Amino acid sequence: MRALAERRAPAWWPRLRAAVAASLAQPEHPLLADEVSRHRVRMIALDRRTGRVALRPFAALPDLLAAGDLLVVNDAATLPASLRGRTAAGESFELRLSAPVDDGDGAAGGRLVGVLFGAGDWRTRTEHRPPPPRVEIGERVALGPLAATVTAVRGRLVELETEVGRDALWQALYTAAVPVQYAHRRDALPLWSVQTAYAARPWAVEMPSAGRPLTWEILLALRRRGVGVATLTHAAGLASTGDAALDAALPWPERYEIPERTAAAIIAARAAGRRVIAVGTTVVRALEASGGRAGAGVATLVLGPASPLRVAAGLITGLHIPGESHFELLRAFAPAEHLERVLGAARAAGLSGHELGDACLIA
Amino acid sequence: MNIQGTGALITGASRGLGRALAERLAERGARLALVARQAGPLRDVVEGIRARGGTAYAIAADIGDKDAIHRIAGQAQGLVGEIDLAIHNASTLGPTPLRLLLDTECEDLEAVLATNLVGPFRLTKVLAGAMALRGAGVVVHISSDAAVEAYPRWGAYGISKAAQDHLSRVLAAELDGTGVRVLAVDPGEMDTAMHAAAIPDADPAALARPAEVAARIVQMIEDAGRAPGGARLVAPRWEAAS
Repeated sequence: MRALAERRAPAWWPRLRAAVAASLAQPEHPLLADEVSRHRVRMIALDRRTGRVALRPFAALPDLLAAGDLLVVNDAATLPASLRGRTAAGESFELRLSAPVDDGDGAAGGRLVGVLFGAGDWRTRTEHRPPPPRVEIGERVALGPLAATVTAVRGRLVELETEVGRDALWQALYTAAVPVQYAHRRDALPLWSVQTAYAARPWAVEMPSAGRPLTWEILLALRRRGVGVATLTHAAGLASTGDAALDAALPWPERYEIPERTAAAIIAARAAGRRVIAVGTTVVRALEASGGRAGAGVATLVLGPASPLRVAAGLITGLHIPGESHFELLRAFAPAEHLERVLGAARAAGLSGHELGDACLIA
Repeated sequence: MNIQGTGALITGASRGLGRALAERLAERGARLALVARQAGPLRDVVEGIRARGGTAYAIAADIGDKDAIHRIAGQAQGLVGEIDLAIHNASTLGPTPLRLLLDTECEDLEAVLATNLVGPFRLTKVLAGAMALRGAGVVVHISSDAAVEAYPRWGAYGISKAAQDHLSRVLAAELDGTGVRVLAVDPGEMDTAMHAAAIPDADPAALARPAEVAARIVQMIEDAGRAPGGARLVAPRWEAAS
């Protein structure tokens, strides 16, 4: 039968099949890269103990968790973090904020920290963008409607001070800036598309996207099942700067805040022998940096295969491929061969590895 | 709800009841994000509150514009932190003098619904999720007796307010058990610019002062746990908790 089918296949069939196989084997194209409606996300569930994988609709999440388990989400809203600017000499650049706005808390003058990019916009791959114009400490630059003074320069990483009050700074930012986005999406990304269903303070410069498929339908079903859902706020940073030296040091130190009620819920879940499941790598970073204790801090740790996990017993994330820093973090939860099995199942089912795509549960 | 230190957002805060609510909540210690289309009058309200030691910030935006919604929510939470109280007070009558429904232009009805119904829906959609995960929050829709009575010439406004009352009820039913309260509050007739535009020959002396009504509504918010979820409350008939 197989021989018959091959004889009947058109002449180009083996070439097409070889091309598809080659493209699937290439690390840069291992998965589809389509956006998926947040109501139709699918996931590969990996059982950490057995290494078994299963394809499920994301809405089946409550069935895969037990009463008493605790989901911890990052409630940071996504900032419009890309600003067009102009140097004193009139050369244009793009500033991508890499940290939350420090708005001066009452006193005039806010501080912005970010990475400069040269001419063009997200439609050009970050690594192909021309270098930004040089800026000097003390130089006055224009950022949309704002005037700002350069106060620190480390390569393409800059700090700027603005001179307006808090209301004016936030109004200018939300009027002039747009969400950070990358070359795989041609259309401009609306702010509506990069927020979770529980977004609160605008601390993230890129969307904490693992929580995107958590609709209220699913959140309320989790509650009915007795699964807790608690929040922390973590200042998710840039995924890529296009600069090899800067990228090698990602993720950078990121600010987080863990409320008392979340710390208490973590203690209760662990005391009951239940699992704490982090929604997104930013949550893992905050939980492991803090040990789950309440308060504000800065996560500096970079997690990898050898990292012990003190708090998070499981993780919900997008689909990440070997070579990405996120994949290294996943290796703290599961050995590489199990993660390869996840990717194999995701490829076979046609799942999307886009950040607005499908998901993976490791628990 | 304890107002002291609470992050609160009020739309339509540059005049009338919205301004009075802002001033009353500031006295009670709320941290305020105030929204209005007109930056100038809003700035005056903010400066007045700050001069009396209160905390308030201005956000110039049109609640009827979908693109403005995340700007409002983002600026508000950047400025005052988590929002635990949202008061949807901004509303429009549409063109005045008020017209019979059959004389109402389609676009005018759509604009009234955008400001009075769709805007509050969108803003609640982006604010109430975080409240529900925190387990606390109050959403107030400022209603009107035109939501219940079928007054000729109040069609566009009355339809929007009736639908907004129902928005309160459905939201309350869906959020039951999360700790988020949703209320529709009819403030009664007040001496405001909006009332004067609708009924130019009304006797202002026969109308309630916005400041008195605001004090009563703030009391209702402090007692929000007593009201059934989704309840339609009439401010002049509300008895304070003893």
